[in-house]
Amino acid sequence: MKTVYEKPHSLTDNKTIYCPGCNHGFVHRLVAEAIDSLDLREKTVAVAPVGCAVLLYDYFNFDVVEAPHGRAPALATGIKRVRPDLNVFTYQGDGDLASIGMAEIIHAANRGENIVVVFVNNANYGMTGGQMAPTTLPGQKTTTTPFGRDTKHDGFPFRMAELIGSLPAVAYSARVKATSPKHVLAAGKAIKKGFQNQIDEKGFSFIEVLSTCPTNWGMDPVKALKWVDDAMESYYPLGTFKDIDGGK
Amino acid sequence: MPKVLINTDRCKGCGICITVCPKKILRFSGKFNSYGYNYVECIDENLCILCKSCALMCPDVIFTLKKDE
Repeated sequence: MKTVYEKPHSLTDNKTIYCPGCNHGFVHRLVAEAIDSLDLREKTVAVAPVGCAVLLYDYFNFDVVEAPHGRAPALATGIKRVRPDLNVFTYQGDGDLASIGMAEIIHAANRGENIVVVFVNNANYGMTGGQMAPTTLPGQKTTTTPFGRDTKHDGFPFRMAELIGSLPAVAYSARVKATSPKHVLAAGKAIKKGFQNQIDEKGFSFIEVLSTCPTNWGMDPVKALKWVDDAMESYYPLGTFKDIDGGK
Repeated sequence: MPKVLINTDRCKGCGICITVCPKKILRFSGKFNSYGYNYVECIDENLCILCKSCALMCPDVIFTLKKDE
């Protein structure tokens, strides 16, 4: 029998701790598929964030190091500079990357480090119970904004893909989502392009994935995907914001 | 003949695959795995068109799809 689809080799058989319907599963799989298709598994080092994806080393079948909160791009910089032959990427959430790790990500991007950053944006602090994050939408209810985020008091959410895309040293910056089979394929393509850029030594690649957090949003997994389409995408438009190849 | 293999022990019963299947051949089985989740099952493998929608949309990578040569 011919296999049409199977689990990528870069994923282990371990069960994940994520809630049912959590988009971390999609993104793990897309990263694993990209690494399998480019045959990079034996020379990949991932840098894990602090957040729900903190146990990344249990799920990926390659080397993973754990960074202090928000410092994954700094750690990845060190690894890549010492061992330029390795394929290095960081996998970060919005609380990790856009809040405490804002300095590290901006400076790593502005130096044009030859790494890939996969940014999972679910608009709240998922692991700690759904508090307001820098990416929480205006009016969105979280445990620390029970009446909705008031932009007069709490400011506006960061559009990270645009912010990173505006820096001159960045090779690739895109925002994707994973709410339908079509968009999952597009997201996989964007992530693969990031890794290809690293092989070609083009520089810093940043892929933001709009993600769900069904538990903290108080929705079922299918409704949460719909909310990404309806509410999140209107504030965070999809697209490629920087591509030094000109979109080829 | 297509074959839809489901790793029921990994399934978390989120139900996303059920909504994306164009042939509507996936449903909740009504049985529970070791984690206590109501896992999905395939009603009729013969109707499967191997579009991979379920596999692409499964956050827990429970699907393996095969077909005859």
